Amino acid sequence: MASQRKLVYWIALLGALHGVVVCAGFFSPYDPEEQVRTRPYVPPMRIHFVDARGSIHLRPFVYDIRPREGAFDEYEEDTGRTLHLQFFVRGAPYRLLGILPGRLHLFGAGDARVYLFGGDGYGRDLLSRILAGGQISLLAGLLAAGLALCFGLSIGATAGYFGGLTDDVLMRGAELFLALPWLYLLFALRAFLPLAVSPLEAFLLVIAVIGTVGWARPARLVRGVVLSAKERDFVRAARGFGASGAYLLRKHILPQTASVVLTQAAILVPQYVLAEVTLSFLGLGVPEPVPSWGNLLANLQQYSVLASYWWMYLPAAAMVPFFLGYLGLASALQERADAPKIGA
Amino acid sequence: MRYAFRRFLHSVFLLFGVSVLTFLFTTLAPGNYFDEMRLNPQIAPETVTALRAQYELDCPLPVRYLRWVASVARGEMGFSFAYNSPVAPLLWVRARNTLLLSLTATFFAWCIALPLGIWSAERLGRTPDHVVTSATAVLLVIPDLALALGLLLLAVRSGWFPPGGMVSVGFASLPWPRKLLDIAVHMALPVTALVLSAIPLLIRHVRAAVAEVLETGFMRAAQGQGIPRRRLLYRYALPAAANPLISLFGFSLGALLSGSLLVEVVMSWPGLGPLLLEAILARDLYVVIGGVLLSTLFLVGGNFVADLLLYWADPRIRTE
Repeated sequence: MASQRKLVYWIALLGALHGVVVCAGFFSPYDPEEQVRTRPYVPPMRIHFVDARGSIHLRPFVYDIRPREGAFDEYEEDTGRTLHLQFFVRGAPYRLLGILPGRLHLFGAGDARVYLFGGDGYGRDLLSRILAGGQISLLAGLLAAGLALCFGLSIGATAGYFGGLTDDVLMRGAELFLALPWLYLLFALRAFLPLAVSPLEAFLLVIAVIGTVGWARPARLVRGVVLSAKERDFVRAARGFGASGAYLLRKHILPQTASVVLTQAAILVPQYVLAEVTLSFLGLGVPEPVPSWGNLLANLQQYSVLASYWWMYLPAAAMVPFFLGYLGLASALQERADAPKIGA
Repeated sequence: MRYAFRRFLHSVFLLFGVSVLTFLFTTLAPGNYFDEMRLNPQIAPETVTALRAQYELDCPLPVRYLRWVASVARGEMGFSFAYNSPVAPLLWVRARNTLLLSLTATFFAWCIALPLGIWSAERLGRTPDHVVTSATAVLLVIPDLALALGLLLLAVRSGWFPPGGMVSVGFASLPWPRKLLDIAVHMALPVTALVLSAIPLLIRHVRAAVAEVLETGFMRAAQGQGIPRRRLLYRYALPAAANPLISLFGFSLGALLSGSLLVEVVMSWPGLGPLLLEAILARDLYVVIGGVLLSTLFLVGGNFVADLLLYWADPRIRTE
């Protein structure tokens, strides 16, 4: 089936992308928080195979940089010093998944620093920071979507199954949350929570805020599915045989909401990643020095950075493939849900 | 008329609910505007307590809520600690700018989305349709923030557009046609960012709605009668597809309001967004509540208008 195959492709793409981010420590050459204050705003280094004298190297290399005469943040390639890229080298220690200690990196260049994606104002490696920031932003998006879906599923199922007054009250509540422009709501909720917090607290706070704001839409959709599901013949038959409400919900009704919930998840995750990015961009989310895609982009709020250092824009570009993956996944899931089921 | 009244009551109920909700959030708030003063050794603790009492922050929540409702009725919407003035005048100026931005963006977004959506629905499954669909996919994939920052980068690099703000230096001394032009030039970038972030969803919805109508039997019959294509599309198909699109109009207004919050901050447009952000960072309670409520008012107002349009456009709703 074509839609099934599409689904597999999209899942594979997303899996690969997330794999890179999960193993950020391995793929990034340096510690994302390590500073080199003498080298602010290093531009991305070009990878060469042919050196200045015209001879070809099999091992890719970059030229080291030296400050241009009379400037503090402008550099030129120092063609006298080639830095050969070495693969699978030992470098800065990191922890895989936050637990497993490791020192192995995909590439490095001995003691010299190679900035493939450029560096920021403190001389931190942007590639390492983008990868580490992805961990924060994606995890926030995933957890927030999980939270919102949990709320949405339970509230929607309750409203749909019990109906009557419960339904009315819960759905009026959902309408309230849907009536607010969601970014404003996010702001309002964030406004009344403490501002100066540690990165971990801020991270959890952001997830909680986004999750709380986002339950309404999935709840409405789940309620709709539950309403129609509980009237289906086999559910009524089960009820006739004396099945309890909890059993009915768990065994017969909730499984029918699976496709809606999955599609919603694929839609919500990128949206919530973006919510985290927005909050952090505005200084209401995860604070420095911990990188997130949002606070990496926050540098661009300074005019000088925006005007002079185009590579500070790269974190935004890094988001695009992820969003593409989720968009594809959502449409493939939708297609599968709409396709007539075999044997149904 | 009963219908309009019912929808109106519904909107009022929503606004009331939102105001209660935002006030409830305020009880969760640890700290307030005056907490920072407490840390200042030059200010006596008694002064802070007196200030708190003056602004009624020491009252229980229901009392504060009622006092606030009374002040809304007086047209003040509470008191801003940071600006030392009632909130309403602060908000009005900013809200005007935000509305200017998002209404213009809504207008242009629909002007682009409607013909493109119809055009692509008519050619469903053929090359033009694929082009439109892929173009919307590309726009969907680029995050709003990246779009806004990218446009800003373009403005800074090329110098074609002013990099933010609403008016140039020396705006006050310009003659009025030049003033309009000046604002228009400053609006170009934020409006482009908003339009680009809004149109992919609009195009997709228009396309789906029109494509569904084109499949129906009465459209085939109309086609068989030899009715010219343009008349067929705009006189027959569009009204039949209008219902979901009118609801979408209300929704798109809300989306653009949310979107403009971010774009305003990025492009330093003096709208509600920057004001709200400052207020949050300063813990200026009533400004935050007022800003959120005002934006809800716009959204609810937009949905109300959409409901009325629906009533006007669809006889089925009228007879209900």
